[in-house]
Amino acid sequence: MSAVQELAAGAASRARGLAHQRIATAVMIAFFALAPLVAYPVFLMKVMCFALFACAFNLLIGYGGLLSFGHAMFLGTAGYASAHAAKVWGFAPEFAILFGTACSALLGLVTGLLAIRRQGIYFAMITLALAQMVYFFYLQAPFTGGEDGIQAVPRGKLFGVLDLDNVWVMYSLVFAVFVGGFLLIHRAVHSPFGQVLKAIRENEPRALSLGYDVNRYKLLAYVLSATLAGLAGATKVLVFELASLTDVHWTMSGEVVLMVLLGGLGTVFGPVVGALIIISMENYLAQIGSWVTVVQGVIFVICVLTFRRGVIGELGRLIGKPL
Amino acid sequence: MTEIFGIPTQALFGQLLIGLINGSFYALLSLGLAVIFGLLNIINFTHGAQYMMGAFCAYFLITKLGIGYWWALVIAPLAVGIVGMVIERLMLARLYKLDHLYGLLLTFGLALIIQGLFRNEYGTSGIPYAMPQELAGGRNLDFMFLPNYRAWVILASIVMCLATWFVIERTQLGSYLRAATENPALVQAFGINVPRMITLTYGFGVALAAFAGVMAAPIYQVNPLMGADLIIVVFAVVVIGGMGSIMGSIVTGFALGLIEGLTKVFYPEASNTVIFIIMAIVLMIKPAGLFGTQR
Repeated sequence: MSAVQELAAGAASRARGLAHQRIATAVMIAFFALAPLVAYPVFLMKVMCFALFACAFNLLIGYGGLLSFGHAMFLGTAGYASAHAAKVWGFAPEFAILFGTACSALLGLVTGLLAIRRQGIYFAMITLALAQMVYFFYLQAPFTGGEDGIQAVPRGKLFGVLDLDNVWVMYSLVFAVFVGGFLLIHRAVHSPFGQVLKAIRENEPRALSLGYDVNRYKLLAYVLSATLAGLAGATKVLVFELASLTDVHWTMSGEVVLMVLLGGLGTVFGPVVGALIIISMENYLAQIGSWVTVVQGVIFVICVLTFRRGVIGELGRLIGKPL
Repeated sequence: MTEIFGIPTQALFGQLLIGLINGSFYALLSLGLAVIFGLLNIINFTHGAQYMMGAFCAYFLITKLGIGYWWALVIAPLAVGIVGMVIERLMLARLYKLDHLYGLLLTFGLALIIQGLFRNEYGTSGIPYAMPQELAGGRNLDFMFLPNYRAWVILASIVMCLATWFVIERTQLGSYLRAATENPALVQAFGINVPRMITLTYGFGVALAAFAGVMAAPIYQVNPLMGADLIIVVFAVVVIGGMGSIMGSIVTGFALGLIEGLTKVFYPEASNTVIFIIMAIVLMIKPAGLFGTQR
């Protein structure tokens, strides 16, 4: 096969690949649009928030090869910032979300500059340690309310007219945020930026020798991931009207790793499916109480030992197309 | 009462002592992590849980079998080390050909399981563990009161750290170990059983954690989550020191414990975060860590 034919074949298979991904995206959007007819809307909103959080995390590990063990700091920071803005400063919900997201983006920039100085295991340890520092900050800072968190955060009226206390309006907002975030990630991954990111993941010295400013790409990916994780956190706070320490604790960072690992590292839909499974598990297994940690640990071990592709990764292998 | 910088010396030296105690545990734990990482290329997230298991093992020995502290100091590291070796053989050994991050994820999962099981059984309130009779009481130095048990913890961990350093850097066994860290395939070609060496190394690193756990039991009580937050601080210690050097981990561990103690005296609000702040500064100035080499 000549080089041109190879290129053409590659482009064709990529087009086919994108075609079935479009179908899968449509199925997913339809699922979240119709699911509230049969399932509890607050549960689905929680799933969508965590799905966006997991997608943001997956952007970093799946396409940048960077395992962050401190992503809860972005979820929690945006949560506290937007809760404070909405409750104390009386921000409208859209500005509260924007403010929270911006705070996470800023935190992403600061921590990113530090964390990308090391790779692999060190990157994971550094992000974990930085997140722990952020956790202690919120534990002691007076405005977070310590163990109580910020309670009774007002949802307010979106754009001054849409009352978010109506569950369907709230659902529509979360739905729009989730789909928007998902499509943004999809767009970023398939852009030249995403391709360079993949090249860095596969072979960093080579990407460097080709003249790419590797650290700038990594930082950009890190900040983008932090921003979207923040968007998820800010939205989640409006849903539950509560910002608490749970969202910044390291167990939350572990949970998002678990969601993405179970769904499929580096797959497009894996994080969404992983979030759906883990949140459902926590909801329906609530009566087993503290056993949830043990069950999560067991899932970790099984995934790492025998199920490294995850649910969606295995599914994609079954149908022979990346999902 | 004498004062230094407006701080009573009793309080100052008291906090420095606590800092040294914490530093002892940081040193023992980061040393174990460094030894394991050197040969296995895995960051052992289970380390905190294994530290906790050491403490619980001592507690079981005294309540179920009536075996006291001194024997627990020997038996608990052996028992937890053997459990660690079984884990290494059954699980970790399957991951060596994969990305190192899978080792981190697996050991994180194991830590969740172990801590979850212990928490279900024993709650989170902590169980007191009596200190050995021989070390009860203390002595009054002129500038401070020094409890005997705390002096023993500092002394024992310094001896343990130096012994580990000596074995790895100065004996033939240690030279095999260092060679296998550099090039396992070549060492194996010389007829040394590298897989067995890896298993024993993991067991030894875990045993160090359990040893620290037994020593911590009389000070901090026996608590299922005693290692959960500690391991994150130890990670920061490891990042600051860099994992290239055994002596580096020991020195960094003790030094950071002392700095943390000093912070408690002069600016208590930052005592939880000071190690992480130092980590951030070290990353800016010397990303490979104070004693490390970039790899």
